[in-house]
Amino acid sequence: MATLDSKIPDGTLAEKWSNYKAHQNLVNPANKRKLEIIVVGTGLAGAAAAASLGELGFKVKNFCIQDSPRRAHSIAAQGGINAAKNYPNDGDSIYRLFYDTIKGGDYRAREANVYRLAEVSNNIIDQCVAQGVPFAREYGGLLDNRSFGGALVSRTFYARGQTGQQLLLGAYSALSKEVAKGSVEMYVRREMLDLVIIDGRARGIITRNTVTGEIERFAAHAVVVATGGYGNVFFLSTNAMNSNGSVAWQCYKKGAYFGNPCMVQIHPTCIPVHGDYQSKLTLMSESLRNDGRIWVPKKKEDAEKIQKGQLKPTEIKEEDRDYYLERRYPAFGNLVPRDVASRAAKERCDAGYGVGNTGLAVYLDFKHAIERLGRHVIEARYGNLFQMYEKIVDENPYETPMMIYPAIHYTMGGIWVDYELQTTIPGLFAAGEANFSDHGANRLGASALMQGLADGYFVIPYTVQNYLADQINVPFFKTDLPEFEAAEKDVREKLEKLLNNKGSKTVDSFHKKLGLLMWDHVGMARNKAGLEEAINEIKALREEFWKDVKVPGTMHGVNVELEKATRVADFLELGELMAKDALDREESCGGHFREEYQTEEGEAVRNDKEFMYVSAWEYKGDNVTPTLHKESLNYEYIEVKTRNYKEAKS
Amino acid sequence: MGKSFTQSSLTKKFVMAFAGLFLITFLFVHMGINLLVLLPSTDAFNIAAHFMGTNILIKVFEVVLFGGFFIHIIYGLILQVQNWMARPNRYKVEGWSHTSPFSKFMIHTAVIIFIFLVIHMADFYFKAKFFGGVDEVMIDGKPYHDLGALVLAKFQMIGFVIGYIVAFIILGFHLHHGFQSGFQSLGLNHSKYTPLIKSLSTLVSIVLAVGFSIIPLVIYFS
Amino acid sequence: MNLTLKIWRQPGPDEKGQFVNYPVSDVSPDSSFLEMMDVLNEQLVEKGDEPVAFDHDCREGICGMCSMYINGRPHGPDDAITTCQLHMRKFKDGETITIEPWRAKPFPVIKDLIVDRSSFDEIIQAGGFVSVDTGGVPDANAIPIPKIDADLAMDAAACIGCGACVAACKNASAMLFVSAKVSQFALLPQGKVEAKRRVQKMVAKMDELGFGNCTNTYACEAECPKEIKVTNIARMNREFFAAKVCAPSE
Repeated sequence: MATLDSKIPDGTLAEKWSNYKAHQNLVNPANKRKLEIIVVGTGLAGAAAAASLGELGFKVKNFCIQDSPRRAHSIAAQGGINAAKNYPNDGDSIYRLFYDTIKGGDYRAREANVYRLAEVSNNIIDQCVAQGVPFAREYGGLLDNRSFGGALVSRTFYARGQTGQQLLLGAYSALSKEVAKGSVEMYVRREMLDLVIIDGRARGIITRNTVTGEIERFAAHAVVVATGGYGNVFFLSTNAMNSNGSVAWQCYKKGAYFGNPCMVQIHPTCIPVHGDYQSKLTLMSESLRNDGRIWVPKKKEDAEKIQKGQLKPTEIKEEDRDYYLERRYPAFGNLVPRDVASRAAKERCDAGYGVGNTGLAVYLDFKHAIERLGRHVIEARYGNLFQMYEKIVDENPYETPMMIYPAIHYTMGGIWVDYELQTTIPGLFAAGEANFSDHGANRLGASALMQGLADGYFVIPYTVQNYLADQINVPFFKTDLPEFEAAEKDVREKLEKLLNNKGSKTVDSFHKKLGLLMWDHVGMARNKAGLEEAINEIKALREEFWKDVKVPGTMHGVNVELEKATRVADFLELGELMAKDALDREESCGGHFREEYQTEEGEAVRNDKEFMYVSAWEYKGDNVTPTLHKESLNYEYIEVKTRNYKEAKS
Repeated sequence: MGKSFTQSSLTKKFVMAFAGLFLITFLFVHMGINLLVLLPSTDAFNIAAHFMGTNILIKVFEVVLFGGFFIHIIYGLILQVQNWMARPNRYKVEGWSHTSPFSKFMIHTAVIIFIFLVIHMADFYFKAKFFGGVDEVMIDGKPYHDLGALVLAKFQMIGFVIGYIVAFIILGFHLHHGFQSGFQSLGLNHSKYTPLIKSLSTLVSIVLAVGFSIIPLVIYFS
Repeated sequence: MNLTLKIWRQPGPDEKGQFVNYPVSDVSPDSSFLEMMDVLNEQLVEKGDEPVAFDHDCREGICGMCSMYINGRPHGPDDAITTCQLHMRKFKDGETITIEPWRAKPFPVIKDLIVDRSSFDEIIQAGGFVSVDTGGVPDANAIPIPKIDADLAMDAAACIGCGACVAACKNASAMLFVSAKVSQFALLPQGKVEAKRRVQKMVAKMDELGFGNCTNTYACEAECPKEIKVTNIARMNREFFAAKVCAPSE
């Protein structure tokens, strides 16, 4: 059994990463050619890692679930990417970005990792600009910044409302360059279905070609998984339809510990749910909170009239509007962190002040911003978002306030990794949203892009090399080894079992049920009884799934239902672990809000004495309680405090 | 210039555009001379036609002109065949979205114009040049081909008049897209000037279509 | 709403396809087009039939994966959107909707409405990048870039690579896609360094893959979900001739 060693390098906080790089093992250029690396995923972390490793001279195999690496879901990030450049001269620094990230994460992230993240953030901006990423600029030709939640400085770089797209296309272009060079071999429309371990080290993967249906084997000296988060366990989320937690789950079942599975981010500004046929939720960028003001009616009767369609929001007078974020958090106002904003919206709606026909929505109003800045400025800043909103809701946000409601957006939890981003399985690395690191219990806006690219461009290329330094004499692996045989056999059995089940209910029907269960009990607010109920109900649903699921078609060729079935089968296990983790954590912190632990005002009550740890779960077998390992967090460079967004003091 | 230069699609388009715009300048010259036939005496027309047929500079230019036609036609055909090959399976519901309406029918208008061109050449150009089926007329003591009389005779036939006018309306359609499209292919697209070019394109197509069509109408009805 | 869907079904790349009619009933006008397709597929699965295969992922109009040719228009009867952003309120009750895959030689059908667009990746691999490796780059503010150039580059960079331009073009030309990438880099100082090499390589690859030629019909611009402008095509033409005529041969 692996032990939890986070392998933090020596030295002061600011020296750790330099020390690591100065003393790490390297592989000489001639030997790099002899080493193969599998990178699963082509989002910011995966594409950046694959490209950078290819540039160094390693032989890289990169796997993509979509038809092209350019489509990974990083592309959907709208708002921006943080960096401690301090170009606006407003007092930013590496330390402040580090501090804000730790505080925003409610003191549940590892100091050394987060400091490194803040340190390399500036390199990311330099790198992306050099790649031709068209960040927004001022008339003077220099880069523009805007502010995001949880920060008192403007440190967010952006490319209109499509920052994620532009950064991903930058990484994709770097990747394309390496593919053209031959250093990276690209495998598209492949879904990883298992991890292959040889002598205790990660040495390969099993994939299904989603076009031919073929089960394929790939071997390498090391495996990097950058497969994103598992937010789709909730069925409705802002994640893409193909986003799933199965790779992380396979790694978990092969021995990688799962870190903080209950830590899920609920994004406050999404378009509200409108019907039961709905397949996904659409995010409206957090950047909207720069100029939009969030409110609900002050009077309950107004809210009720609005819900019934008898009153329009524009008819409500200024004094009858409750700008509840500005009221509760005067210093940060509408720019409080996401978890705080989401809970505040839920609180108002639960109290009966919600709007929209469901009563599960709040207003995000641009009236004042348009009056102050003019419509053309708002249009230049958010035009594409407004257009997107109008296409979906059929209302013009220039004229009537937007309706928003929180939705599942990001998972801070993920595969447990040490400082090197290595999991508890030697040779298996996890990068980007797939790992648990850096964001603690809550991620700040514009930090996901930062982390994905930091891991991919600036961490993985070093740490993987350090791992491979003593592997230069290990020859290329053949895929006819018994370990590959066994892994492929398991995969085939699982797929055949699903196909031969011939039940009566569709995969989606189970996924929807699971999603509702998770949203009700493991969502924005959790409590002991609900979590215990969820655990039992998920178990029952899982049993029903394996008894009664219907997957048409065969293994051969395109079979979308089969793809979905494998993912939902994993979600049905992962959901239970999330509930278990949430049950274990008897405190409220960040995105994890236990109703039992709150102040009278409804603010989260953290319990640093007992729960200042990362929970790392070890798989012990199907239907066996997993073992919880605790990585305690030590804050040497930061004073642990209750988060306070009411005042501007940090 | 390497091999790729002659083969690239952009180069072909460049040549197409260049040849096309050149042919438009010829059309204006041709129209100018044709309009002379409407003068009370066809002498001016016959003299101009003679000049065009005998001047050494014009003869050199004639080769260039034929080259222009040839290249425009051959390249047009190659590009069109490639375009058809790029979509071997057609849509059930064909796309209707296009901002330049006549551009969809360039090959069709081209074929009609080509047929007209062949008839036209046989009727006038080759007759005068090689077949000698044209009467002679004396102007200022010198003999000229009386093409003016030939034109006047031809345009007494209603079928000929209609055919002629239809051909030039089709040419108008062809040019309506062709003129402005040529600039785009040459890379000349600018927010300030392109709207002007597009208006000019409409103007050119109308002026040429009307300018040529007016001749048979006047002759037939007078 | 009650509708009839006339959908192209094709079991595999080398097999013959045909249209099959499916009635769907009680469709909410507020649901998206793909949600309507989900409902149809749920019904097909319940009946034991094979669901209609179609590409989709982000469902918010940015990944570029969805690719349906609906009633003669790529991404259907609305402007500046992808199929996933199309809503049923754009259709009339009782309407017959014809759904086809993108059709172009370089986009072979994989199954039903799924096509293979890897030719776009090949074009990017031919030169759609700035040849800088990770690390060792100058400070992001070292080179000021005129705002207008950055904005125009961003306009071009907004391309999502969905292939609607090819699908809409009567010639199945990829000029808008290629020119968007060429323009983005040609406008930025970082991209100018290898601009001449890039445009020649990308155009050569585009030709080699069998895309049609541009006839300046501008259906691409009319149907582009990100409203990429054909001025990019003109810019690419300029870049290309400048490169061919002026650049020293390698």
